[in-house]
Parts: sequence; C-alpha cells; structure tokens
Amino acid sequence: MKSFRYVIQDELGIHARPAALLVKTAAQYLSTITLDNGVKQVDAKKMISVMAMAVKHGQELTITADGKDEEEAIIALESFFRNNL
Amino acid sequence: MKLYQGKCIIPGIAIGPVYMIQQQNREISRNTVENPEKEIQRFLKAKSAAVKQLEMLYNKTRLKIGEKEALIFQSHQMIIEDLDFINKVVNMISSDKVDAEYAVTVVGKEFAEIFGQMDDEYIRARAVDVIDASQSIVSVLRGFNITDLHIEKPVIIVAEDLAPSEVVRFDKHKILAFVTKKGSANSHTAILARMINVPFIIVDGIQLNPEINNKQAIVDGHTGEFILEPDTGKIQIYKAKQEEERKKIASLAKLKGADTVTKSGKKIKLYANIGGPDDLDMVLANDAEGIGLFRSEFLYLGRNDYPSEEEQYQAFKEVISKMKGKKTIIRTLDIGSDKQASYFDLPREANPAMGFRAIRICLQKVDIFKTQLRAIYRAAVYGNTAVMFPMITSIDEIRKIKEIIKEVKEELKNKKANFGEAELGIMIETPAAVMISDELAKEVDFFSIGTNDLVQYTLAVDRQNQSLEHYYNHNHKAVMRMIKMTIDNAHDAGIWCGICGEMAADLEMTEELIRLGVDELSVSPAFILPLREKIINID
Repeated sequence: MKSFRYVIQDELGIHARPAALLVKTAAQYLSTITLDNGVKQVDAKKMISVMAMAVKHGQELTITADGKDEEEAIIALESFFRNNL
Repeated sequence: MKLYQGKCIIPGIAIGPVYMIQQQNREISRNTVENPEKEIQRFLKAKSAAVKQLEMLYNKTRLKIGEKEALIFQSHQMIIEDLDFINKVVNMISSDKVDAEYAVTVVGKEFAEIFGQMDDEYIRARAVDVIDASQSIVSVLRGFNITDLHIEKPVIIVAEDLAPSEVVRFDKHKILAFVTKKGSANSHTAILARMINVPFIIVDGIQLNPEINNKQAIVDGHTGEFILEPDTGKIQIYKAKQEEERKKIASLAKLKGADTVTKSGKKIKLYANIGGPDDLDMVLANDAEGIGLFRSEFLYLGRNDYPSEEEQYQAFKEVISKMKGKKTIIRTLDIGSDKQASYFDLPREANPAMGFRAIRICLQKVDIFKTQLRAIYRAAVYGNTAVMFPMITSIDEIRKIKEIIKEVKEELKNKKANFGEAELGIMIETPAAVMISDELAKEVDFFSIGTNDLVQYTLAVDRQNQSLEHYYNHNHKAVMRMIKMTIDNAHDAGIWCGICGEMAADLEMTEELIRLGVDELSVSPAFILPLREKIINID
C-alpha cells in the first residue's frame, strides 16, 4: 500500500471536469485507489462519489493505492494532482 | 420544397437548419415490465450507446471548440458509467419491475439530490450534470441520438410546444426562430421570443418527424409561413426580404439618443423588459431609458434548486450598475401558474392562474422572499433601483410586504452589510387592484399595469388556451376602462403609472394609452426604437 498527502490548490476544488480526469487516471490501474478527506473515504474510480465528496480549495487529501501496480499508480496520481489540482 | 401555413406570432424572417425538439424531456411515468431481465439488458444497451454518443460529442466539441468545453461530455459519460449508478438502476428494475426510463430518471434524481444538499454552491449546481447525464440514457431509450440534441450552429427550433424551463436552457445566440405546433400568442415562449427578438410562428399542420432535423427551412413571421427545404429561388427572395428588414432596423438606429416626446411635448419614459443580465446588450443597443420590468423569476427557472442570495445579488448588481443611474425596476419572484420550477414543490392546481403564485408564494414562504429582497437591497447600492410586487389584490398585502422589507433592512444592518434604497411599486394586474387603486396609490411610489394578466382576469379568458384566442382582446372597452381608472387614481395620488404588459408594445394602442395619460411604457428591447418613432410622431 502506497499513499501521499496533497492540499488542493485549485480555486474550485475537485469539480466536475478535474473529477472526470482524476477518475480516468485512476481507472488505468488495477490497484484500489481511495481518497480520504479525514471524514470519509471514496473510491477514486467512481465519478459520482468523487464529485459528491465536494473537495474544496485548501483541503488536505490522503490518496492511497493498494494493489499490484500501486507504485506506478501513486506516481501517476501525484503528478496528476500537481498538474491539475 | 414543402409549404406550411401557420399563424404569425412574432414577425421577422429566419433562414436556417431545423432543430427539432422531441418529447424526450417530458414527464416520465412509471410502467411495470413483465420481464425485468430483458429490461436490464435494454438499459445496459442504451447506456453503452449513450456513452458512445457522448464520446462522439466530446471529440467533436474538442476539435471544434476546445478541450475545456468538451470535458463536460466526458464527465457525463463517466457519470453514467459509474458502477454505483448502474447497480442502483439495475437493482431498481429487478426489484420494482419498472421500465428502464423510469428507473434511470429516479436514480438520476436521487444522486442529484445528494449533490443538491451540499453546502458548497458549485457542487450543488453539479446536480444538473447528473440529471443531464441520466437524461442522455433516457433519450437513447426513446430512440433519439443525443448528438442531434446539442446545438452547435444557429437553428430554427421546431417543437410540439415549449415550457419556459426548456426555453431558458438554449443558448440565445443560437436561436434563429421558433416554430411550434401548439401554443399561443400570449404564452411564455412568445414572450421569450419577443425578448430575444426572433420570429415565432405556430403551425398546426407541421409533422414532427425526426427526418426534418437539419433540413434547411424558412420562417416568415409576417405571413406565418414555414417553408421546408426551399428551392434556391425562394431562398433568394427571402434573403432579399431579410436585407430589407435589416435596412429598416438601421434607419431606426438614428433614433438612438433621441428624447421620447410627443409633438405636443409630453415626455414618455421608454423602458425595457428583461429576464436577466444576458438581455442587457439588447437593452443598451436599443437605447432604453431604463428597465421597467426585470422578470426576476428567470433566475429561478431551468435549474434544480433555489438561486442563493449571492447569485441573485450578482445578477441584480450587474444590471443595476450597467444601467449607470438609469432606473432598474425589479419585479419580485412571479412563479407559479405557467412558470414552474420543480424544486418549489408546488401542488398541482385545477386553476393555477388564480392559484398559489407570485406574491402569494412570497408571503407564505417568507424565507425565499427575504433572500430575494436582501439581494435587491444590497444591489441597490450600485444605482437607481426600484422594486415592484406582482399579483397584488389588497392593501393588507402591501402592509405585510413593507413589514418584511423593514425586517430585511434590520437584518442587513445587524450584519453590517452595505445596502441601498429602492422605490416601491406594485403591478396592477388584477381587477381587484384596479378597483382599489385609489387606496393602493397612497401606499406606493408607482404603478405598473401588467396587461397580460389584467386582460386574462378582466375578460375571464385563459391566456394559455389556444381556442379562446379570439376572446383575448386587449383593447376591449372593459380593459381600457380599467387602465384609465388606474392611471387617474395614480395621478390623483401624485404617483406615476406605467404599462409593462405586451399591450405596451402594440403600436396600434400607443396613441390611446398616451391619451389616457400613461407615464411609462416598458417593452422588449427590440420594440424600443419602433415605439420611440411612433411616439415622436403623435400629437
């Protein structure tokens, strides 16, 4: 299991468009990928859950990957968050 | 080439492709299915087709417009591919034995509600994405192709009939004309068409066959003709007519900046009717002297939840400040009757025009009313603001309204919020208000006669009822006497009186209205200059 923490920089938080990109990125890996905002955990491959988490600007998330390709998944997700959120 | 003879509602000429709106947005009913397994397969097939069509839309939009604009289709695609969504629909079909259309709609609404309850405004607004996404499956289930539903270039909208909530979803710049099978000159489609200044005709005999989609057509709003697949000769003729109209409009342009004064020197305030900040360009381009009717309910239509105070404040602020000191009269929420928003949860009524609507809702659901008033008084800081109230029938209502305004100001003061002052007016649109207008005039700063409803109530004619159209006669003697009485009582009390209904734009009536002493006329922006031309030629 691998994880990293990230503070959302995007003014709008994880809204519909970046949520779609995030889900798309997560879906490329076999590992289970979860987002944790300290209140609840959601499956990063599920669009509606990710949107419904309503992650806002300035919030800290813990992103975890668990599975065979967790190493690659975490690298890809870290760069995704840096570039998009 | 095929010619249909219809009825002209709003003049003008349009040439362009047909965009047919099918009934896919209409109400879904719950139907039981014999074989849920088969229905689940039907759903999964439709879902896959919808995903493919959304993908096509994404690719098309990305190439034509850009990645950013295209991403919304990708979000929709991912929403309907979401496993939680799919499982819920499948479970519902198998346990309740309902049809896929119904299950998809219900599940879509459920997920949208989760979003709707969030305290983050942006996420709340995303509820619409979930609804739209699930609607794309319903469209496919009903045999439509979503890629056809997305308007890319300017089109002639053809439909059975249109609800106000449907009309507001269109991008106004992409509508060339409206053609409906049903409807009437006094419906809201007509009001909206007038507002954005596009021709509108009603054609009973038109066949709403999907095959007409994308076919070239001509709409003649002067004769009521709808010509499908015109030959090149016809197109030439109509292009020339269009050019002629353009010239006429250009000649009116020289009246910009002119005073609206009759030959004998009576000054008439010439104001515009609008639905929101989007209409401001038209208002300014046509040189309106103020805004006589800001239909604030349009901020409430075409969405899934109440607009917040902040949203309304921004809209009012934008209009008031762009009017630069010219008066902006905001009419408070006039919802109910033929203008419905589902989230109000209004009960079905046998007689909605006489039912729970407008000020009656506001005085009962005081929170909604106060939210709007706070937004108006805060925005009033930015210019010359007035507020008026619809559907008044008694003095008591005005006193209650004033009481609420006092509370609102008190609340704003306590919050140390910045707020301004606004003139207070009422709409005179019920015979009751006319009959007691002498007393009402002592309570407010101005009257604005809403002739559409006043005619409907005075003549007991439902304005949505097509078969009664010949009874709907706004120069009926009874209506004219109502107007005279209102104006006289206003002037006796020393206040001014305007007219903001469709009658104000009827050039045949202008002379008579001025003779009766009207001080202000408020019309759709496109009518400002023709009306000014009319007025300066009256004695």
